[in-house]
Amino acid sequence: MVGGNNAQGSLQLKKLQKKFGSFVAVDDVDLEIQQGEFLTLLGPSGSGKTTLLMMIAGFLDITSGDIELDGLSIANVPAEKRNFGMVFQGYALFPHMTVRENISYALDVRKRPKAEISARVDEMLDLVQLHEFGERKPGQLSGGQQQRVALARALCFAPPVLLLDEPLGALDKKLRVEVQEQLKDIHRRVGTTFVYVTHDQEEALSMSDRIVIMQDGAIEQVGTPQELYEKPETKFAASFLGKSNFLNLKDGLHALRPEKIDIHPAGQGDVTARATGTIRSITYFGSVQKFMVSVEGDEELEVDVDSWRNRYPLKEGQAVDLTWEDRATVKLRNG
Amino acid sequence: MIDSLRKHVSPGWVLVAPFLMLVVVLYLGPILNILWLSLTDPEPGLQNYQKLYTNDTLLRIIWTTFRICLITTIISVAFGYSIAYAMVHAHKKRQKLMLTLLLVSFWISILVRTFSWLMLLGHNGLLNNALETLNIISEPVAFVRNELGVLIGMVHYMVPYAVLPLLVNMQTLDTRVMSASRNLGATGSQTFFRIYLPLTKPGIVAACLLVFILSLGFYVTPAILGGGKVLMVAEYISVQLLVTLKWGTAAMLAALMLFGVLALLYIMSKFMKLSTVFGGSTS
Ligand SMILES: Nc1ncnc2c1ncn2[C@@H]1O[C@H](COP(=O)(O)OP(=O)(O)OP(=O)(O)O)[C@@H](O)[C@H]1O
Ligand SMILES: [Mg+2]
Repeated sequence: MVGGNNAQGSLQLKKLQKKFGSFVAVDDVDLEIQQGEFLTLLGPSGSGKTTLLMMIAGFLDITSGDIELDGLSIANVPAEKRNFGMVFQGYALFPHMTVRENISYALDVRKRPKAEISARVDEMLDLVQLHEFGERKPGQLSGGQQQRVALARALCFAPPVLLLDEPLGALDKKLRVEVQEQLKDIHRRVGTTFVYVTHDQEEALSMSDRIVIMQDGAIEQVGTPQELYEKPETKFAASFLGKSNFLNLKDGLHALRPEKIDIHPAGQGDVTARATGTIRSITYFGSVQKFMVSVEGDEELEVDVDSWRNRYPLKEGQAVDLTWEDRATVKLRNG
Repeated sequence: MIDSLRKHVSPGWVLVAPFLMLVVVLYLGPILNILWLSLTDPEPGLQNYQKLYTNDTLLRIIWTTFRICLITTIISVAFGYSIAYAMVHAHKKRQKLMLTLLLVSFWISILVRTFSWLMLLGHNGLLNNALETLNIISEPVAFVRNELGVLIGMVHYMVPYAVLPLLVNMQTLDTRVMSASRNLGATGSQTFFRIYLPLTKPGIVAACLLVFILSLGFYVTPAILGGGKVLMVAEYISVQLLVTLKWGTAAMLAALMLFGVLALLYIMSKFMKLSTVFGGSTS
């Protein structure tokens, strides 16, 4: 591949901190990012995702800590020397250049031979399926097309690491799902390390090899989508990724996913009830039905049931028994 | 009928219609009157315009005016560009201070400013005296009462006008685009020449047009700082009006300037959408 980067693309963040005045935007972040991995930074607005990404890209100075690429510190390497690709929030395409000129920019400024550039741009246009749009200006493209140009532009010089800041944020829901799959496919084909920022949990779950959940500038939990969903460690992690009920048991707070609860008309369950209550509301979502059940002690539990497998005709106001398996509850830290 | 009108006429025009009428009556009327004068005074015919071929003085004045305006425009816009750039990239507080200073310069009368230059740069002015006291020069340097003086005065007056359109242009730029350029490996100067400069082209064109057109009408500054040696069209027109009473010649020159400006706008519009130059939407 062109680009001439020898870097493998593993990143090590060590006690990374960023302060704006006295405000701590990123707080002691320790993270190992594997070569070729699709890593997602997930967190609510203001949790420091962009700030962290900008520090990796070299646009923000580090207050303390270190960033290493393949074990070598890059904290003092300026942004233009880091050779990281980046897809910006809002794309930041060059409006006065055609799609081809946008994509070839990184190679143009590196003064590569014309023929090599042209071949590489063709390759990139193929990768993002925009061949017939090469001569258009960004303003003449749809949001999804602009997004793909931004991706091609960032990948053109074969960077070892690609940083993406909410690249799908401006797209509508349906297009988003489509582009998610394209993006995943491109990741598989180029083998570059992707560091992906989003606050959309479904996006994070469906695309990532690993997810980093962030809150208030600090890492809440790191793991594969499955680990995070099945074994959340904190209340925040359990409620931010997926939905969760919380049970205050003798040995502390537990998380219980709504779909892991079974619901039966009172007295009809096959096993003894863990809780009893009455149905306060039923919402039908097609494939699933959501029951809000009031149980004693003012608490409400959400129960999600596969519409197709629901055996009982349940009504609002009806008394019900709730059951679940032992392994369905997960004990949480610090709660 | 109304529907088809609606399709072709943006509703914005309806809003500005009353003012448009006012402008037509108070502005276009006198302009037409001047055009009329240039063709009829002292007697009907094109003889006023024929002077452009026959009268060398006239040609020289027009050439001087054009040259001075062009140099003023280039220097003012260059200064204006760096000032606007500094303002956009300064901290919020300092930005406010700079904007205030810029606006203050609009409030100082051109007469005051011109005489200040005379006092600063004249034969017995502050600068010459200082340089002589320091024995750097033995004879006073002729900063004013020549073309150099006119240029200094005009550039000084025009720089704030050049800053404003550039400032507006630069403020609307998405800074992420510049970050993207750096991220893609471009050096500072590559980012400037390939990204920043092209994106500020509308501002540059607007600033050039504004400064050039305003410069064409300069009267006080050339009269005072030129010391009678630098005659520009505006001053010549006033002489024709007030002294020699050749209203036809004056009207012809005025009409010529008007058409010059219109031609300039027309040529510009061939290269770019003028509405973007004047801050309108690009769509
Ligand atoms: N230049 C700055 N000066 C001061 N505070 C800042 C600056 N940039 C960011 N912050 C603060 O740092 C915190 C983290 O901001 P950041 O942009 O990283 O959030 P984010 O997770 O990307 O949010 P979003 O999902 O809304 O994009 C916010 O509270 C923000 O107000
Ligand atoms: Mg952000």
